[in-house]
Amino acid sequence: MSEQLKVKTMQEFMAEGKQPEILFWVGSAGSYDDRAKKITRAFVKLLNKANVDFAVLGTEESSTGDVAKRAGNEFLFQMQAMMNIELLNGYEIKRIVTCDPHSFNTLKNEYPGLGGKYDVLHHTQYLKELIDKGRLTIEGEVYKGKRITFHDPCYLGRANSEYEAPREMLSKTNAELVEMKRHKKTALCCGAGGAQMFKEPEKGDMDINVLRTQDALETQPNIIATGCPYCNTMMTDGIKAHEKEDSVTVLDVAELLANSLNL
Amino acid sequence: MEFLPNILFVIALILGIGFFTRNVKKLSRNIKLGKDVDVSDNKPQRWRNMVRIALGQTKMVVRPVAGLMHIFVYVGFIIINIEVLEIILDGILGTHRLFAPLGTLYDVLIASFEILALLVIVGVVVFWIRRNIIKLQRFIKPEMKGWPKTDGNLILYIEFVLMLLFLTMNAADYQLQQMGAAHYTEAGAFPISQFIVPVLDGLPMSTLILIERTAWWLHILGILAFLNYLYYSKHLHILLAFPNTYYGKVRPQGQFNNLESVTNEVKLMMDPSADPYAAPPADAPEPEKFGASDVMDLNWVQLLNAYTCTECGRCTSECPANQTGKKLSPRKIMMDTRDRLEEVGKIMDANKGEFVDDGKQLLNDYITPEELWACTTCNACVQACPVSIDPLSIIVEMRRYLVMEQSAAPMELNNMMSNIENNGAPWPYNQMDRLNWVNE
Ligand code: SF4
Ligand code: SF4
Repeated sequence: MSEQLKVKTMQEFMAEGKQPEILFWVGSAGSYDDRAKKITRAFVKLLNKANVDFAVLGTEESSTGDVAKRAGNEFLFQMQAMMNIELLNGYEIKRIVTCDPHSFNTLKNEYPGLGGKYDVLHHTQYLKELIDKGRLTIEGEVYKGKRITFHDPCYLGRANSEYEAPREMLSKTNAELVEMKRHKKTALCCGAGGAQMFKEPEKGDMDINVLRTQDALETQPNIIATGCPYCNTMMTDGIKAHEKEDSVTVLDVAELLANSLNL
Repeated sequence: MEFLPNILFVIALILGIGFFTRNVKKLSRNIKLGKDVDVSDNKPQRWRNMVRIALGQTKMVVRPVAGLMHIFVYVGFIIINIEVLEIILDGILGTHRLFAPLGTLYDVLIASFEILALLVIVGVVVFWIRRNIIKLQRFIKPEMKGWPKTDGNLILYIEFVLMLLFLTMNAADYQLQQMGAAHYTEAGAFPISQFIVPVLDGLPMSTLILIERTAWWLHILGILAFLNYLYYSKHLHILLAFPNTYYGKVRPQGQFNNLESVTNEVKLMMDPSADPYAAPPADAPEPEKFGASDVMDLNWVQLLNAYTCTECGRCTSECPANQTGKKLSPRKIMMDTRDRLEEVGKIMDANKGEFVDDGKQLLNDYITPEELWACTTCNACVQACPVSIDPLSIIVEMRRYLVMEQSAAPMELNNMMSNIENNGAPWPYNQMDRLNWVNE
């Protein structure tokens, strides 16, 4: 599938003596996780389509430390944060965009206290900006007649009160948006947050992602839309647990927009 | 002998208020056991939150039935305080219906108190049914056994009886007014208690006076007793909801604090010119404990949170971990914190104000690591709480203690953390492969 993506690193920009419009913070999941890499590629296709002059840190990028912080390892978090801040400040980064609400939250809210002050956007917010400015147009026929339900990621929604940008982007696809019973402020977690992604859940009656997928399935969707790589994994596993993988797909908002443009 | 009732009343009043003051002092001492935290920021936002959430009850009405009933009880409670003021002044001065010269306004006031009293009764009955007949899920969780259950019902019984006494008192009074009894001047309008009057029909004046006086005394003594009961009850929220919503979180919910003590150490570690083997200066303060294992390690806002918790369980019923049968219940976190804080307070009382180690602490003796590790940090509990309590902040502080002081994280999380240390990612991949996605 390897159509060539145009991706430049910060080092390359430096060598040219230029500054990018934005820094795309890929994040660990977006860099290494096979499913999340597809989201990364979809988002970059959209950036390329809109001719955005963006940079990535590439091999210089490191974990934001977010997951260490949620697990309680404040030391590791601050070490990671200070290293990243040194790098970002060295490159005089002003704006950061990321597809990962966890990176988004920590870069936006927790880095400033350690000396890293940036204008940080979730990719759905940035895509909205591109569309509002007329740099990107979505003609959505691909998903016409499909039912899409959006799962609010805790760290974008409740944690940072962003509920509209992803919904507005989804409406561009001309699909029918259906809301789950609990959505926005009352959305149920996918079960991955707070470092749960990296461990077995505690003993209980059910896994959280299975319960959340049940919420989504009640809306009779064709597609469950997500805005977070971890939510994506959790909902995909949930679909499998409900044996619905033949009729329901899980896609990131960026993937839906890229597909709408046949990118 | 003429002044005996006045004297008895003043004594009751002094005792009631005196005990209450003592309890408030204890409360404030216990809360101050917590660490200091800067809450001087965002004043306008804080006032807005207090007015909106505590005064305006905006979060209560998220659940319409409970919300509406709660507003009845709440407004009733506030308004009836004006009536209580009259009762207290009457009690001290030996007058009867001191505010009666207000005329029509007085009639309107009394009438509205009566209507509110009825609404309070309705609210209380509905609450009782929800707790005891319908048995709403969130009221029958394990942490609600024993005292919390009794407490919840006791409050309802007390409020019911107080309102009934109020109406009985008015009914007898009204009857006495009709009979032209001395001292009982015609005043007030009684839209509700007039329906109790027929029950009193035909009773001699002396009996009516006895009923009126008894109801009057029980009503005010009941209120004084209730005031003192607050400290031992979740009902403390009627006072603490106000400061608690003021001091509640004003930053984005996803923003956790950055531990300053850690920042200092990390800076030192990353400073190439610092001598890692240098002995700390002799007068250096004892190194701070990271995170929290007991209530004194929490900050005072978190302790205020614990005293404010109404045990309503809205947090727990929204908690994804709890909904899927895990042991974690954010309400239990708050109740445990309060129980432990009370225990610490009692130890201090028994030891001339000094805390003597009792070999117990909040961690393990009250809250287990299993509960702590089940949290997804989703903030649903924080969002749901009608009085701006942040159970998540306590969970995080305790995780910090487990990880940084005890290295007691679950094994998989230790692996994840060492991956971050070694490879800059939570997975064991080579940092040099970070850009591979471009060409896949
Ligand atoms: S933040 Fe933790 S305790 Fe609160 S609702 Fe979410 S999982 Fe439950
Ligand atoms: S923390 Fe808040 S929501 Fe939870 S039980 Fe206490 S008052 Fe209710």
